[in-house]
Amino acid sequence: MELEREGSATVTLGTKEPKSRLTDVTVSMPQETKADMGEAQGGLEVINLSAWYGSFRAIHDISLSIPARAVTAIIGPSGCGKSTLVRCINRMHEVAPAAWVEGKVLLDGEDVYAPAADPVQVRRHIGMVFQKPNPFPMMSVYDNVVAGLKLEGVRNKAVLDEVAESCLRRAALWDEVKDKLSASGTALSGGQQQRLCIARALAVKPEAILMDEPCSALDPIATLAIEDLIRELSQNYTIVIVTHNMQQAARVSDMTGFLMMAQDRAGVLVEWGETHKLFTNPSDKRTEDYITGRFG
Amino acid sequence: MEGRLQLRYLTNHLMMGLVTACAVVCAVALLIILTYVIIRGLPALNIDFFTQRPLPYGEAGGGVAPAILGSLAMIGVAAFMGVPIGIGTAIYLSEFGRGRFALIVRFTVDLVAGMPSIVVGVFVWALLVRHVVGNYNGLAGSVALAIIMIPIVTRTVEEVLRLVPDMLREASLALGIPKWRTILGVVVPTARSGVVTGVILSMARAGGETAPLLLTSLGNQFFSFDFFRPMAALPVQIYNYAVAPYEDWHTKAWGSALVLILVISILSFVTRWVTRGALTER
Repeated sequence: MELEREGSATVTLGTKEPKSRLTDVTVSMPQETKADMGEAQGGLEVINLSAWYGSFRAIHDISLSIPARAVTAIIGPSGCGKSTLVRCINRMHEVAPAAWVEGKVLLDGEDVYAPAADPVQVRRHIGMVFQKPNPFPMMSVYDNVVAGLKLEGVRNKAVLDEVAESCLRRAALWDEVKDKLSASGTALSGGQQQRLCIARALAVKPEAILMDEPCSALDPIATLAIEDLIRELSQNYTIVIVTHNMQQAARVSDMTGFLMMAQDRAGVLVEWGETHKLFTNPSDKRTEDYITGRFG
Repeated sequence: MEGRLQLRYLTNHLMMGLVTACAVVCAVALLIILTYVIIRGLPALNIDFFTQRPLPYGEAGGGVAPAILGSLAMIGVAAFMGVPIGIGTAIYLSEFGRGRFALIVRFTVDLVAGMPSIVVGVFVWALLVRHVVGNYNGLAGSVALAIIMIPIVTRTVEEVLRLVPDMLREASLALGIPKWRTILGVVVPTARSGVVTGVILSMARAGGETAPLLLTSLGNQFFSFDFFRPMAALPVQIYNYAVAPYEDWHTKAWGSALVLILVISILSFVTRWVTRGALTER
């Protein structure tokens, strides 16, 4: 299967109405982008998705419908393809060598794997927070937050200041760092660094944010702060969180998907439903075994 | 049991002593060279030495100003040609280089890095001195120095770019930043101090090269910034003073050696200072 590589998308402006968000070659200011989108919700639809690393199939034919502005948790034992699944959603999977994908992922009905879709644009709409906090070490706290804008050429100080403050506030970090905005991003504590990474993801105004085990490198207090933040953010953003911590999934999510390895070690979706139902009354025996701690 | 423990302590102390001795020998050797050059070279230094052109034997005074300026000019032009190519190659190798072509490039770079500098000198002489320009010239000197600099820059920069954690590249890509901007805006700045070290190393190496310059820029007793004419350089000046039979010139050779060390130190310092980060390290 041939993958669209970065920058290969071309678009003839004005031929398509309404204008596609994922093929926009010229990067407009995020504010305008937001206005362009009208009733963007950030609902995600994964359809018959399979992903490979070379010849190894990491996930097998997964379909699920991720509701907009809610928290969706993906749980499952180690190595079952949870991370691969979310990395497919914003096309980060294909960054790995020899990695490729089959199937569709729709963002508000638009396929992020369409031939004309630009992975760079896809990632502007679907942000990501990683397992290990990864602020840019050579940048200050301030520069980390606005990195996505600055690296795309936004130089207007007033705009950057406004974005930095509002994103840090939304990431519940402003009060802690407002006096050390020019300090190195890596000078913060682990939990603060992770919230800084969330603020950085918010700054490019995505509709959805994927979180790949965002708390696994953090202590319980910091974890609690991030979980509160996730609940808070879900009012405005679609959140997908991968976690191997079932309590965390139960605490923060509205919907939960349970992934497991099949015989060929490819991850399959075993069960998908409302978190409350999945944890109290699972319909699949394997789900029940997993959440009651019989394996995994 | 008691005996074995004693033996282990003994081995430990012995090895500790051994590596410490190595470190001491290394530091002492460098200090001796430096001290000796300072002792022998200091008598030659005065204001004239830095501001005047060399005088024929028998005339007192004179200096090595043309050589200082010539060296700086040729290193500057060589860096201008060599550093971008070196960094570009390093970026290719570390960020894109997979497969056979990258293997060939890497092998070639190693080969050029290991090539004796006189060979580079002969090649540039045959190409630029004998043919294109027709006489010894400063540009040929710069080209020879650039060829020597490229593999040094490439290998050191490639190494430091590889040390940048992949999670930073992913963080940047996940923000919707294109790959080329990720490389220039995140990867290279993160490795900045290592990149600068590579550039400084290459400039220091080029600044001390004598053999290729003898065949290309030749040397000049007069001030000349015409890159198509022979140009003075400190290593060549040292060589000319050192092989002469005059005691006075030998002192000047030591003085020039000291100046060369100073020039390269200052060059390194300035490069570091100019490229320093806005962030102070914690």
